[in-house]
Amino acid sequence: MAAIAGQKSRLTWAVQLSVVFMVVLWLVPTVGLLVSSFRTTDQISQSGWWDAAFSVEKAFRDRIPADGEKQVDGLYVLEGDLLNNGQNANDLKSGTTITAFGTSGIKPGAYKAGETVDTGDGGTLSVAKDGTYKATSKTSFDGSGPRVYFVADMPPAFTLANYRNVLFSDGMGQAFMNTLTVTIPATIIPILVAAFAAYALAWMEFPGRGLLIAAVVGLLVVPLQLALVPLLRLHQEIGIGQSFLGIWLAHTGFGLPLAIYLLRNYMVGLPRDIIESAKVDGATDFQIFMKIVLPLSFPALASFAIFQFLWVWNDLLVAKVFLPANDASKVMTVKIADDLLGSRGGDWGILASAAFISIAVPLLVFFAMQKYLVRGLLAGSVKGG
Amino acid sequence: MSPILQGLITIALGVGGCVAYFYAANIVLDKVIFPPSGKDPGRNINRANMVRPWLFLFPAIFALGLYLAYPVVGSFWRSLFNRDGGTFVGLGNYERLAMDPSFRQAVFNNFLWVLVVPALATFLGLLAAQLTDRIKWGNIAKSLIFMPMAISFVGASLIWKFVYAVNPDIGMINAIRVAFHMQPLDPLQVPFWNNFFLMVILIWIQTGFAMVILSAALRGIPEETIEAAVLDGANPFQLFFKIKVPQIMPTIVVVWTTITILVLKVFDIVYATTGGNFGTQILPSYMMQYMFRDDGRATAVAFVIMIIVLPVMIWNIIQARRETR
Repeated sequence: MAAIAGQKSRLTWAVQLSVVFMVVLWLVPTVGLLVSSFRTTDQISQSGWWDAAFSVEKAFRDRIPADGEKQVDGLYVLEGDLLNNGQNANDLKSGTTITAFGTSGIKPGAYKAGETVDTGDGGTLSVAKDGTYKATSKTSFDGSGPRVYFVADMPPAFTLANYRNVLFSDGMGQAFMNTLTVTIPATIIPILVAAFAAYALAWMEFPGRGLLIAAVVGLLVVPLQLALVPLLRLHQEIGIGQSFLGIWLAHTGFGLPLAIYLLRNYMVGLPRDIIESAKVDGATDFQIFMKIVLPLSFPALASFAIFQFLWVWNDLLVAKVFLPANDASKVMTVKIADDLLGSRGGDWGILASAAFISIAVPLLVFFAMQKYLVRGLLAGSVKGG
Repeated sequence: MSPILQGLITIALGVGGCVAYFYAANIVLDKVIFPPSGKDPGRNINRANMVRPWLFLFPAIFALGLYLAYPVVGSFWRSLFNRDGGTFVGLGNYERLAMDPSFRQAVFNNFLWVLVVPALATFLGLLAAQLTDRIKWGNIAKSLIFMPMAISFVGASLIWKFVYAVNPDIGMINAIRVAFHMQPLDPLQVPFWNNFFLMVILIWIQTGFAMVILSAALRGIPEETIEAAVLDGANPFQLFFKIKVPQIMPTIVVVWTTITILVLKVFDIVYATTGGNFGTQILPSYMMQYMFRDDGRATAVAFVIMIIVLPVMIWNIIQARRETR
């Protein structure tokens, strides 16, 4: 008995560990990009994001300016601050300290900070942790101070600069608004059209009903690719062309099969008694639909709304084809895939923040309304995604 | 007019128009066309009830017909013409596809995708479902594995491009390689295997989907069968593979086919990572290369995808017919 119990707990541990492993594996890529979106491009290329919480050591070169030369006790002296007033002041964040310094580029960190070094001919150089330095010489520096190398220990630093840049100068803000503009009507409009049709398919008797349901199931899997060329041409012929109106119509059409399928499956399950007693009381189909079926179907409506929202928000293909390819109407996915990945291909700070601007809203919706999403998936697992 | 304002007006018009249409159509039907009065009110009521379903269905059928059914025919018809649509070329576009080595490459790669992605995503999803059902914080774990479903394919591609970056200070894969004293390389340019590195992205997204559905199916298994197996001395592995998996086989098939269909349609991942270069072309991204440039060829590719999807579509319809009966 004890042996079995031991085996059981070992198994539990194995299960726990494998789940932890899997969750970490699934999260790490996203976390990596998220952390990177708060780092400058320099930081990203100098150290991995996994080191972002630790400070970074980097070597710098500077030439001490000779114009502040003073004479003290027969020695020529230069004093100043490498961190705050040096040539690298712009790259050095507050909180940076100097760990080591040197006089040659081969060994930029030859001496510890605070030491005083003999630079030959009776001259000395010392650099303190806080960046203050003192260089002395028996002869005048003659307008050219000594070269100095130092290793700076830069504390972890996070910045919102990437988000500012990408939102305001790279046009991601406009793209965000465009995505929102495309998504909301394209989510709301199909719901009502589909709900009426779903009610008819669920609760009305008429010849050809089974055939229509089968057709809806069939249309669930029609590849969108087929629709692109003929519909774009149709839109151009009737004067819509590539426009927001066109993409709303397209998304409405493409979303309908799933909407009808989900809603019908849900409505069929509503209690027959309620609907029949309403009919006996003289309610028309329109009244039954508006006052009973629609409110009762809220969970299914919410499921579909989330699906359609995520699908339209994340769509690249339909937006590429049905919206004009100018900056004023690019949505975020197109912006990232066509503009940023091309022109700023190596600039990971910008790419990462752009990605998270586009991901933020769907993630929020996902975590807030996961219950409905799961329910929808379970009811309509024929299409999925 | 600003697009946002235009959007709000469209919502109002769309929703208001819908309600108005249904409301007015019902009134017209009941009061004007077939009023329950006159010589034979009963017959009129029956007639009205025969027409009413079609009133309810009309907008949906119209939109479905225009946006999904017509394109199947329209695309096929268009694929029989040359690039500007002026000359009838019969099956010429399909012949040119068959001769094009990069099309054959795309078909081969797509075949790999269809073979690997649904299998791995379903397997990992099943594994995750079974494991998370057994622990206390399972729901949190599920939520985190499910999360990539909310991320766009473009966003996911970017996330993984970052993992695959060549610079060992940026990309984790190369950081690990360097830690083991290997040369950094670009995973997306390794011939043949780069296809699998791209598949990882879709598997990462779809595992959560498979997990959610399979986990519900696992929980739906009757307790008695499991208890009986435990009493008969089945160990956890036997219990899983011999009792549980066979019982949820229909759900596994649904998940498998759903992901298969998706694989045939997703062009975003290849488009945003390699652009189809380095031998990673698949059919949907191959089609986008010709979109706007040679519509004849683009529609021919789309129709090839449709033909590949067709068996699944028929199978789905048969299943649905069986359920509704």
